[in-house]
Amino acid sequence: MRYHAVGSFDEAVRISASATGVTRFLAGGTDVLVQLRAGIVQPDDIIDIKHVPGVKDITRRADGGWDIGAAVSGVELGAHAALCRDWPGVVEGMRLVGSTQVQGRATLTGNLCNGSPAADSVPGLMAAGATVSVTGPEGARVMAVADIPKSPGKTNLKPGEVITRVHLPPRGANGGDSYLRFIPRTEMDIAVVGCAVNLRIDGDTITEATVALGAVAPTVMLVPAAGAALVGSTLDDAALDALVIAARAACRPISDKRGTAEFRIEVAGVLARRAASIAYARAKGETA
Amino acid sequence: MPKDELKAGFRLVGTRPNRPDGLDKVTGRARYGADIVAANMLHAAVVRSPYAHARIKKIDASRALALEGVKAVVTRADFPTGLTGEDWNLQENTIAGDTALYDGHAVAAVAATSALVAQDAARLIEVEYEVLPHVTDVDAAMAPDAPVIRAGNADHSVPEGMHPNVVRYIDFGHGDIEAGFAAADLVREGTYKTEATHQGYIEPHACLGQLGADGRGEMWVCTQGHWYIRRMCAAVLGIEAANLRVTPSEIGGGFGGKTTIFMEPLALALSRKAGGRPVKLVMSRAEVLRATGPTASASMDVKIGMKKDGTITAGQVNFRMQGGAFFGMSPIAEALPCAFACYDIPNLMHEGYEVLANRPKAAAYRAPGSPMAAFAVESLLDEMCRELSLDPLQVRLKNAAKEGTKSSYGPTYNRIGLVETLEATMAHPNLSAPLGPNQGRGVAAGFWFNHGGETSVSLQIGEDGTVGVSVGTPDIGGSRASIALMVAETLGIEYEAVRVNVVETGSLGVNEPTHGSRATFASGKAAVEAAESAIKQMCARAAAEWGIDPEAVEWVDGAARPAGENAGKFPPLTIGEIGAKMGGTGGPISGHHESVPGGVGASFGVHVVDVEVDPETGKSTVLRYLVVQDAGRAIHPAYVEGQYQGGAAQGIGWALNEEYIYGADGRLQNPMFLDYRIPVASDLPMIDTVIVEVPNPGHPYGVRGVGETGIAPPLAAVANAVAAASGARLRTLPLSPPKVLAAIKAGQ
Ligand SMILES: Cc1cc2nc3c(=O)[nH]c(=O)nc-3n(C[C@H](O)[C@H](O)[C@H](O)COP(=O)(O)OP(=O)(O)OC[C@H]3O[C@@H](n4cnc5c(N)ncnc54)[C@H](O)[C@@H]3O)c2cc1C
Repeated sequence: MRYHAVGSFDEAVRISASATGVTRFLAGGTDVLVQLRAGIVQPDDIIDIKHVPGVKDITRRADGGWDIGAAVSGVELGAHAALCRDWPGVVEGMRLVGSTQVQGRATLTGNLCNGSPAADSVPGLMAAGATVSVTGPEGARVMAVADIPKSPGKTNLKPGEVITRVHLPPRGANGGDSYLRFIPRTEMDIAVVGCAVNLRIDGDTITEATVALGAVAPTVMLVPAAGAALVGSTLDDAALDALVIAARAACRPISDKRGTAEFRIEVAGVLARRAASIAYARAKGETA
Repeated sequence: MPKDELKAGFRLVGTRPNRPDGLDKVTGRARYGADIVAANMLHAAVVRSPYAHARIKKIDASRALALEGVKAVVTRADFPTGLTGEDWNLQENTIAGDTALYDGHAVAAVAATSALVAQDAARLIEVEYEVLPHVTDVDAAMAPDAPVIRAGNADHSVPEGMHPNVVRYIDFGHGDIEAGFAAADLVREGTYKTEATHQGYIEPHACLGQLGADGRGEMWVCTQGHWYIRRMCAAVLGIEAANLRVTPSEIGGGFGGKTTIFMEPLALALSRKAGGRPVKLVMSRAEVLRATGPTASASMDVKIGMKKDGTITAGQVNFRMQGGAFFGMSPIAEALPCAFACYDIPNLMHEGYEVLANRPKAAAYRAPGSPMAAFAVESLLDEMCRELSLDPLQVRLKNAAKEGTKSSYGPTYNRIGLVETLEATMAHPNLSAPLGPNQGRGVAAGFWFNHGGETSVSLQIGEDGTVGVSVGTPDIGGSRASIALMVAETLGIEYEAVRVNVVETGSLGVNEPTHGSRATFASGKAAVEAAESAIKQMCARAAAEWGIDPEAVEWVDGAARPAGENAGKFPPLTIGEIGAKMGGTGGPISGHHESVPGGVGASFGVHVVDVEVDPETGKSTVLRYLVVQDAGRAIHPAYVEGQYQGGAAQGIGWALNEEYIYGADGRLQNPMFLDYRIPVASDLPMIDTVIVEVPNPGHPYGVRGVGETGIAPPLAAVANAVAAASGARLRTLPLSPPKVLAAIKAGQ
């Protein structure tokens, strides 16, 4: 096993492109090191990106959107007041990851690239329309977060590709987002169901809405029909009922030790309704 | 009860001084099992069966042995043959013979110069298996078509015609059960099930073992009982007990799970094979969950008869428990007597079966058997109280056992405190806290015998009058503090002047482990006796110095004094003065006591819990929790409260989310804390406690033992609260959200 602390993403790409065995990038390491110690993955090359200049930066772009470095931890995200004001749903998804100790290390990028269908920050990122900058042997590109997950534990990144930054769009006026997950305990658990809702209103009427679900399919996924159920409504009961039906209809869960398929489908609807209400209240400027 | 009332006239007993092990633990100075190192030490790793039941056809270690740094590999062939009974069970569980009996069963072990090399080597050991049909569920294991785990294990008690997996049958009772049911206004019955749960101690098993070709060895180990480790390792390895010196480490929790061996003989066998180099063996959490002793899973039928006024006329239980693939490991013989121990019932019938299954060898877990029994009985009682619109605490009070009651399991109770405990519960403000929508309150009572056990203690007077106490019961719940308090109280000296040490097997007579809530009771009682004997000697030294009769000397406030006017006028001789001179007055002064103490006092507890159930997700949140329990006497009340809270926390976990989940392949699906869901700190409210003190006449300070009773009531209390909050009566644990939600929906 070789450990590389790289000084630039180009160097990271160079090493990973020429590596022949199992390669892992190391951001917070809260997935990589745990899997290594449990004997699940035994990397030949570990490429630590935490020392690349700028990876800990959170910056507001001129358009009002946000750039988040690949090694920004959950704690750092949560401590950024302006970002939290703009995207409370994205931040609360990340802040649910693990414990106080895990929060000091765990990153959005790692959460996304670990490829878990239950990753807590990913529904919020997808609902927000977040993108990522990717650098690889064939150059740089920007991908939608929604296009990253491929299957449990797998992403659509090509061999050698590394994420350098996460981008959030400008919040704009009258928007709100939220994320809720269901776990049997209060922390230190994996989402049995996760749901993020991001919406915008004009007066009382919803003009845009995006819904993403986690842990109910092989990947975190956007549910366009669920978002559509809200658009044009004032979040009245009929719209909420339609949202619940659309959310449940999109679920393709498995039954496992964490919950039955039936339970996941049921709770997906419950969380969608609750998350939509929170996002709506936030869009109206109410504290929720 | 206000805290200072607990002091009851004592100077130290009932106070809350700093714990002697606290600083070491918070600074990291305490040495736990895995902290022990030795020069030239090797590290071990264990190869474990990935199958629930499989014949071992071949083990080829040649590739592992060829790896640089590998010093020894052991298989069952390295252990003596011809063992019988529990010794054979221990050996078979330590390392599989012909057949792997459960997922995680050890098959081979390897020692190497580093832990990493050992782990790599373990992966290189090739084991050829022939997979056999398996069974993990207790009821399925009794069914006619169940695969036979090991024929010929049943003892004479098992009725003819039962499946060979049924290995023990117990029945007892009193009165006339049919007449009892006939006298009732309401007779109800139900079937209740609990899953296996693990003690979940924070410290995984760890040991360092060294054994020479001459059969002499040493072991440093994290354990609740090092004489048990010595005896069991000696038996499994065919060496002599006195030749194995066992030193216990500081211990990060045990709850009964560290009263036996699991992997310790492997370290010794590897050491012997590696030329006597010390071998360290530390389990991972996954190994702990797969291959150490969880508790049994249980399937239980209960039938109760009750009059309209709440009088219980008859009770009947039929329990089935599996404790893994080994005879004698389920707590069936404890569960049955606990079932109705709280009550005075004229007509009782108990029957129980122990069943083998392809699961790890169960170990003790805090009041073994009692939580399951209480879940079944206390749940059904709750259902009947609701049906008859009776107050569940009043009904328990009406039927409560008291001094002179013939217990459900035979003996007549001495002084016990269930009535006082119920009265203290009824007086508590939690009982009148308002409940909101989807909230419900549950109550349950519970019992544990407590235990005496083989005990040997020494006490030494120091040259400066400080006192060392050597005990053989590892401190898992504050026994060093409690014993120091009792010794200091008896000697009339300061708490800080007493240091209690848990010493190795060479230093004392045989001690049973810290189990059965016995350490403060038994080692404490023996330490008080040892102190009394040292006092006698100190009085004799003073008498000799004063030239008076030893009978004319009394011991008051840490000093010898002439007893009364006639004895003569001499200034008191303090323990420090006597200690300073003892070399010239007859030599060292020490006290010693060994016994199997009688006078054990049973303890009872009552729990009250408020739960809110989310009707849309089935998730239960514990809002309020109250533990009321008779301690006899709380020597160090903070530790007693800690035991009450710890028992409740473990019981809540068992009730809500903890369970061994087996796949169709018989493999454990959740061998890690991510999916084996013990409660996290934020899951629980501060657990309220009330210490009731009905002193045990069998102990010099009235101690009953407090460690175990606290886990008996929570399973039923939580289930009763969930039923009250949601209308969903669940008779199978855990009350995980999918199950509760399904039950709510089914009831709508
Ligand atoms: C105790 C505990 C509790 C947890 N609880 C939760 C939880 O509640 N919810 C949840 O969703 N997760 C949870 N996790 C999982 C984990 O903490 C999160 O997935 C975390 O966000 C991973 O981030 P990281 O920076 O630590 O990732 P790392 O471990 O550093 O990396 C994870 C993966 O991402 C890849 N990677 C890292 N950086 C890059 C990059 N720049 N470009 C491309 N690939 C990259 C790595 O190669 C690896 O495959 C928990 C983990 C632990 C140990």
